[in-house]
Amino acid sequence: MVNSVTNFGRSGLYDWVIQRLSAVILAIYTLFLFGFVVASPDLTFAEWHGLFSQVWMKVFSLAALISICAHAWVGMWTISTDYITGSTSLRFIFQLVMAGFLFTYLVWGIDILWSV
Amino acid sequence: MNSNRPKNLDLTTIELPLPAKASILHRISGFALFFAVAFMLCALGASLESEQSFNELKDVMNGGLAKFITWGILSALGYHFVAGVKHLLMDMGIGETKESGRTGAIITLIAGVVVIVLAGVWVW
Repeated sequence: MVNSVTNFGRSGLYDWVIQRLSAVILAIYTLFLFGFVVASPDLTFAEWHGLFSQVWMKVFSLAALISICAHAWVGMWTISTDYITGSTSLRFIFQLVMAGFLFTYLVWGIDILWSV
Repeated sequence: MNSNRPKNLDLTTIELPLPAKASILHRISGFALFFAVAFMLCALGASLESEQSFNELKDVMNGGLAKFITWGILSALGYHFVAGVKHLLMDMGIGETKESGRTGAIITLIAGVVVIVLAGVWVW
């Protein structure tokens, strides 16, 4: 048996919704950034910096960053409960390391976005 | 739960059906992307810090290893994207039967290869 205490939404249904919602946000963000880069083959620093200076882009990027953390947490939690079933402490340590990564990504990403 | 139920989880003795292959690749690409975020944040930070770091990043991205890593990340992202769209479609009830699930897996795998090749063309 696998504990559900570390489950993000404390239930499979919440996790399912969080994973889908974050997936849609990330898909739109990916397509937008891809489109922007493809549309400007000789991208200059001024254009790139200008894009990330916009408040709406900060909102969009922060939404994507939070989505990455939520989406990756659900995914990694699922992987850990699928494969690390022999030892609860080992699974917990794995989840702790993953959470450490994601928290670092979140703070690091906010620092980058708000330095612009 | 009946703990005596027969189960065979020795993957070396199982021929995975196509939807299972599409699914495990989705998981592997997601696992890889988890660590790729560190590279992406590194690049984003350098690209936005100053004009000098932006140009330095452009130079670094012209290197062989950097191109290979970029292609790898784009490939994982591209496949994860395609397989994710399939997931969302299946959530809406599209392609849920055994036959259509197989068709969906074939489309996903082919689209994945196309995206990976296109990403390679774009990078090099």
